[in-house]
Amino acid sequence: MIVAGIEPRAEMVHWMFATGVLVLGLLFIAEAIVGPEVWRRRPWRRYLWPGTVFLLGVLMWPVMALYTNSMIHMVAHGSWAQMLMISGAAELGVAKGKLHSQYWRLTTAAAMVVSGTAFLVHEQNAWFFARAAFLHHALGWTLVVAAVFPLVQAFRPRSVVASTGFAMTFLVIAFFLYCDRDAAPVLGHFSQFAGVPHR
Amino acid sequence: MSADIAHELHGKQKERVATRSLRVRLVLGIGPATAVAGIAWALVQPWRLTLLHPLGQGFWWLFAEPPLYVVLVGVLFRFVLAPGVVEDLEDAE
Repeated sequence: MIVAGIEPRAEMVHWMFATGVLVLGLLFIAEAIVGPEVWRRRPWRRYLWPGTVFLLGVLMWPVMALYTNSMIHMVAHGSWAQMLMISGAAELGVAKGKLHSQYWRLTTAAAMVVSGTAFLVHEQNAWFFARAAFLHHALGWTLVVAAVFPLVQAFRPRSVVASTGFAMTFLVIAFFLYCDRDAAPVLGHFSQFAGVPHR
Repeated sequence: MSADIAHELHGKQKERVATRSLRVRLVLGIGPATAVAGIAWALVQPWRLTLLHPLGQGFWWLFAEPPLYVVLVGVLFRFVLAPGVVEDLEDAE
């Protein structure tokens, strides 16, 4: 109960993760514009986005441990944490030169499919139940569909369409996460069972 | 070298310079565009900034200022990351 009293609301955690995802989106856009050769000219820049992905995975563990409102939430957050860390670690290995195969990018595709599925599975309510439900569905399908971009990158690493689409996906995800509220209407719909809207 | 070939080479070089400057401008524009988006968001939804009406707000409500997060990300990108990327891009070209 003490922890529940001092921890931030779920919507605030979503906004903080949105900021991390926004950072990732900008890094991906910059890399797509200048190309991988220029991007990797400075060693520290190679580790920037894989490190950010790994960090987001690490930070997902406290979310899993503290937001225990249901078992399925814990499973979803735990699976995100694992997949983000696997994806980040694989990309860090590629950046360091310890891993060589371009197919390690498939871990990112897998992370997006697992994360998207977790979003869809752990949202028990219909799309227009409330804004949070709508966004969970939208986020889930966005991630599942957008997994095609890293999938294409694994086989065609120089595809501009894939790298641009991958970058834009993160901006869309950040937008959705920033829109999240614990109890708020979506497009005029708000279930009477969704709680009391605040602020 | 004939005048036609020289003219063609000159045209290609001008085209390459234009492309290069476009990429540089795009990289330099990412941060400001993000910051402007954050400022626009703050103007459209000022109630998302609890710092504007802080009385009675708890720590997390004062800490969570999403439009400011967006502005901060844009500013950091512009002044921390973009200069090095542009420098390397111009070197490469």
